[in-house]
This record gives sequence, structure tokens and C-alpha cells, in this order.
Amino acid sequence: MSISLEEVRHVAQLARLELDEDEVLAFQGELNALLGHFLDIQGIDVSDIDAQSHAVTMQNVWAEDFPWESLPRELALKNAKVSRAGLFVVPAIIED
Amino acid sequence: MQSYIPSIGMEVHAELATRSKMFCRCSVAFGGQPNTRTCPICLGLPGTLPVPNRAAVEMVVRTALALNCTIAMRSIFHRKNYFYPDLPKGYQVSQYGDTNPLGYGGYIEIPTSDGGVKRVGIRRVHLEEDTGKLMHLPTGESGIDYNRAGVPLMEIVSEFPPDIQNAEEAKDYLVQLRQILLYLGVCDGKMEEGSLRCEPNISVRLKGAEKLGTKTELKNLNSFKSVQLGVGYETSRQAAVLEKGEKVLQETRGWNEQKEESYLMRIKETENDYRYFPDPDLIPMVFDDAYIEGLRKSLPELPLSKSQRYEKDYGLDRKESWEFLVDPEWSRFYEEAVKLGGDPRLIRNEMVSEFAKHLNETGIPARESRVTPAHIVELTKLKKEGQITSKMGKDVFVAMVKDGRMPAQIVKESGAVQISDESQLTSIIEEVLKTHPDAVAKYKGGQVNVKGFLVGQIMRQSKGQANPEMVQDLLQKALEQA
Ligand SMILES: [Zn+2]
Repeated sequence: MSISLEEVRHVAQLARLELDEDEVLAFQGELNALLGHFLDIQGIDVSDIDAQSHAVTMQNVWAEDFPWESLPRELALKNAKVSRAGLFVVPAIIED
Repeated sequence: MQSYIPSIGMEVHAELATRSKMFCRCSVAFGGQPNTRTCPICLGLPGTLPVPNRAAVEMVVRTALALNCTIAMRSIFHRKNYFYPDLPKGYQVSQYGDTNPLGYGGYIEIPTSDGGVKRVGIRRVHLEEDTGKLMHLPTGESGIDYNRAGVPLMEIVSEFPPDIQNAEEAKDYLVQLRQILLYLGVCDGKMEEGSLRCEPNISVRLKGAEKLGTKTELKNLNSFKSVQLGVGYETSRQAAVLEKGEKVLQETRGWNEQKEESYLMRIKETENDYRYFPDPDLIPMVFDDAYIEGLRKSLPELPLSKSQRYEKDYGLDRKESWEFLVDPEWSRFYEEAVKLGGDPRLIRNEMVSEFAKHLNETGIPARESRVTPAHIVELTKLKKEGQITSKMGKDVFVAMVKDGRMPAQIVKESGAVQISDESQLTSIIEEVLKTHPDAVAKYKGGQVNVKGFLVGQIMRQSKGQANPEMVQDLLQKALEQA
């Protein structure tokens, strides 16, 4: 199991990370080392274990549909780098 | 030009009519000051845990049942990963897979113009959450309001390959789907406010060709009319492209309502890579048969079935039936009136004339009007029994709208009962004939249409209270004897 340079670039793009070629090479090495651990896991015999999407065995935890008090707006906006007129403000969005 | 066959897939998003959001209990409402309905959960702050809204899950299951779907007895939520500022967490909670959505493999029946129904397959009905709203600021930056982020959103996707083959069917599909959602009470159906959104995908292929053409996706359709016009425009645009020997590109197009044409939004070069995976913060939903069957039994009668019943039992035609069915409250009013023992035809006529006009003019919903089904039934009975003329009916209507008195009481108190007494009518007729000898002469001279004029004079003389049928008969007799 190994990851190609092209895959590293694709993953970086999905994560909106700008990597130069040195970094792409460095990450390829790191990610391949990481994937090596999955090879170890693949060696384990799981043929008698059902596929799971969750580690917990709970199911059907619900909340009833009663509204609560939301955050005061000043508090909600407190972590925003920029806010104006009650809005979170971000740089113009350019679609790739 | 050669003959092209369109194929139209429909993706519909409906904001659910819950009181609180999907995974937190922030209130759900339209409008209001931006960012006043948020909390650490719907802002995606670290260390928070989402808890699903039971009412939202139930609304989706009920919709799936109404759309004849198979219900996933075990269903999970996935994360759909992408970066966009309207998505505070960096992912949208959704449901992935063919048999994991709460409902799949169903169908909807759409009434057709020939009186039959057309079946359109439903691929999936799943539950997800809405995003925030992005606004472009004069500075070139974007402003974000997260009030809508996390509002429960139901996605309904039609089957592939598509059953819908033209713009009118696309519109009819949406109309019918919206009616079902309204009757289930799971969505307010307001397209103009964005609580019901429709994104059709459209492709055309040469008649006889097996393979479907390249499809484009159409956005910004916020009315039934836009859906029909947009899909129609897109099918002719694509046919024209192919006719020129060019290729249709896989792209997303927007609809310009003013110009009535579609425009390029972006070209999709690669399939989006959303890296769906099970959301570890949300645990599985597991249903048993008893629960699902209980919900199935609780479903209300759906609009198509109602329309068939109105046609069969009430003698309305299809168009008349749907006049009631567009509004659940209006059809409930009608059914209640019929149940009170009224004549379905007369009640219908009464409702769509004076009553509808009154509600339109005042903007009052039927349920808040002083006029109840009992008022309408009594009014139609008074008219049918000949106690009042239809002209008097209008005055009675005005009076009952004003103070809510019952029609019979209004008639009694005003003394304005229809004159059906023969001697009384005869004396009015004789008086009118006496004052219009020239008209009588004309009639005798063969101008029989002068009778209409005389009827008018008699009605005026009786202040509109004369029984019109009796007037016709008695006048005829009087003229023959004159
Ligand atoms: Zn919240």
C-alpha cells in the first residue's frame, strides 16, 4: 500500500493546503509510513466479525423538538476574525 | 431538426417544519436578525456533540412512506466533506448509500391531462442539514448568516434513469410532491422563501438512442413557473447544441427569471470528492415494524386520493377538485361542509365565488374567517329551497362575514325573504305591465326579447326578492292574457 505524488496533491487540494514540491515529497513519505500501520491491521483475521460503522453499541438517541435559547449574537461572533453588521465576514470566495 | 427525447431527474430539498434544528435545539424560523439562532453545536465549535431531532426523523419516515418507499430499518448519518464558508463544520451531515437513506425505491403518482396517472420512481428520501446563507458584501467580501445552518433538510431524489420526459411533467412532479408534503405537514412548501428548492438535471438524446445524453444541472428555480420554463429552455438549448454537431458539456447552470434563459455557473470537470464516511458522533437509528406500521397508519389521506374521491363522490371534475386541494385548509373546509349534509356541487360553487373572493380580498385564512362550513351549508340550502335569491345571497354573505350570524338568522332579521307568494308577485307584475304599455305592445308585436326587460323591472320593483322562476312563469301568463 503506497500513495502516489498525484494522490498527495489531490488530498492537499481537498484540504485546501498549498504545498510546494518538497513538501509533497515529504508528505508522501509521512503518509506512506502511516499507511504502513494499516498493513499491520490488515494482517488481523476479522472474518468472524461483522462490519461496523460505530464502536459504540448504543442506538436511537434522540432529542425532543423543543427550542432552546440560542447564543447572544455578540457571543456567537466573538471568535470571528472579522464580523460586520451581525455577519461573519470572510474573504471573497473564488471557486476552484 | 431531428427529434430529441429529454430525460429529467429531480432533486428536491425540503426544509422540515420542525420547531428546532436537526442536531441542536436552536429555533427554526424564516427571517429575523442574522446569527441570532446559533449555538456551539450548529456553529461547529470543538467539543460539542450533536443529538438528532426525533420529530425530523419521523417526518422523513412519514414522507418516505407516503412516497411508497422501502424504509431502512437501520440507517446512519454520514459526513459529506467539503470546504465552503456556509458550512461551519467543514462537512454536512447527510446520508450516503443506496439502502441507507431513511427511504428508498419508492414512487409518486402524478395526475395526467388524459385523466390517468403517471408513476415516477423515487430513488431516495434522506435526511441532512441545511447550510448557512452567504451574502456578497459591497467590499467584495462575503458575509455569513448561520441561522439556517443545521435546519433539518429532507432530500428527495427521483429514480435514475429518469421517468420524467418533459418540462410539464417536471412541473407536475413538483406540484404533486409539494402537495403531499403540505398534507403531511412536514414542510411549508414556500418556494419563494427557499423552504422548498428544486434542482432538476436535464439531458436529451436522439429519438431511438439508448444511451442518455450528458446532463446539466439547473439551479435558482424558485417557482413552479421557473421549473417549467427552465427545464423547457434547457431541453431546447441542448437539442440545438447537438443539432449543430457540438457536445453538451456537463455543467451547472443558473436560471435567470427576468431573461427567461439559463446561464453557465460552472463546468464540472471532475466528480466532487466528498469523502463520505459514517459520522462517529451520531449513532445508528434502528426501527421496528410496529413503529413503522404505526406511522403508516397515521398517514393522512393524500391529495391524489382526495381528488379521485371528489370526482367520484362529489361529482367535481379534476380541475374543480384541485382548486380545493392546492390548499389543505381549503379542502378541509370543503369536506367539513359536505359532511354537514350539504350539496357538494352547491357548496363548491358558493366557496369558489363569494367566499374565495372575500378571503382573497382580506387575506384572511379560511380557518380564521367568521364564516364556517355550517354558514356555507345553510346559505346554499336557503338558496336551493328558494327562500332567497342569489342576489340576496350576496347581501347575506356580506352580513355573515361582518358579524358571523347564521344565514337563516340574517334573513329572518332583515325580513328579506324571497317573495314566492303568487298573488303578491302577480300584483307586482301587473303594476309593471301597467307602467310599461309600450313594452307590452312590442311583445305582442313579436319582439319577445322585451320580456327580459320586463323581468328586470319586476326584480327591481321587488327589491330583488322576487322568486325568479315564478316571475318567469307568471309574467308569461300575464303577457298572454294582456
Ligand atoms: Zn444551534
